[in-house]
Amino acid sequence: MKRVNTDDDSLFANLLQWRAAGKAAALATVVSTWGSSPRPEGSHLAVDEAGHFVGSVSGGCIEGAVIDAAAQVMASGRPQLLEFGVSDEQAWQVGLACGGRVQVFVEPVE
Amino acid sequence: MKAATLTRIARAQQRREALVVVTRLADGLQCVVDAAGCSGELALAPQQAAEAAGLLAGGRSALLAGDERLFARAYVPSPRLLIVGAVHIAQALAPMATAAGFEVIVIDPRGAFASAERFPGVELCDEWPDEALARLGLDAATALVALSHDPKLDDPALELALPGALFYIGALGSRRTHEKRLERLRAAGLGELTGRIHSPIGLDLGGRSPAEIAVSILAEVIQVRYRGAAR
Repeated sequence: MKRVNTDDDSLFANLLQWRAAGKAAALATVVSTWGSSPRPEGSHLAVDEAGHFVGSVSGGCIEGAVIDAAAQVMASGRPQLLEFGVSDEQAWQVGLACGGRVQVFVEPVE
Repeated sequence: MKAATLTRIARAQQRREALVVVTRLADGLQCVVDAAGCSGELALAPQQAAEAAGLLAGGRSALLAGDERLFARAYVPSPRLLIVGAVHIAQALAPMATAAGFEVIVIDPRGAFASAERFPGVELCDEWPDEALARLGLDAATALVALSHDPKLDDPALELALPGALFYIGALGSRRTHEKRLERLRAAGLGELTGRIHSPIGLDLGGRSPAEIAVSILAEVIQVRYRGAAR
């Protein structure tokens, strides 16, 4: 038996399991960062239709908003490009405490 | 992401192969770039394909140059830690390294040591180290630590590992033990490569217990992975 245990490996194993079980899923990816942001470009967060998630796109400050967007993406089947930063009006709710900015691409998984 | 792309990423990870997925952020169309070239719904200009190939080689993810907003995500083999010797330190090191993102394999032909009771949830290999290493392959994303204290196990592993591409090689043992080991490896014609072996193994944290030594070994492996070998 091959054990999957690294970040990317377990994330894609989860996605495959969810899809095999007939669950809708979405994949979020950090595509650009400015200033000090906690997770580098390429970092993934995978979400299923029940809101279960694996991986991370920040230190925890924007995950909730990304999971909300993922639900919309699963419903519509259309990707979304999100941006978070201290300049947002919602800075105190979903901004990055570290002062950085990130763009996160959220796509449905077929 | 198409189901076929998802399957391709998972398969590449399992085979320890690298690939890049390029996504057009405007509509989510994608293509896959690997050693065989570019395939998928999204067509890349020659310059974009060349840039994606460069990211594939370097294992980096980034937006491609230009106004089109194409994001290239590189998937490279996960770091792997091969532990020779299913000893007490290995029992502590295997779960720690797993938590730190390493694919861990413990190699020991002695069934009493390499048992599922002693290593719950850990991938065990009961082949002799030289057979195991020949089968597993020694790529540049792999580290090897020889912990068995038994030259019958450690030496064949080191003899195969030293000429390999591994990013880290370490061996447990006192200075005197290591001196004797170096003599044997020199006699085997590997004298020029023995400087690659980290011994005494691990960062000098001052710890004495098996778990503390495991922390210092894992810390050194991570340090060398990101900072390169100082020696």
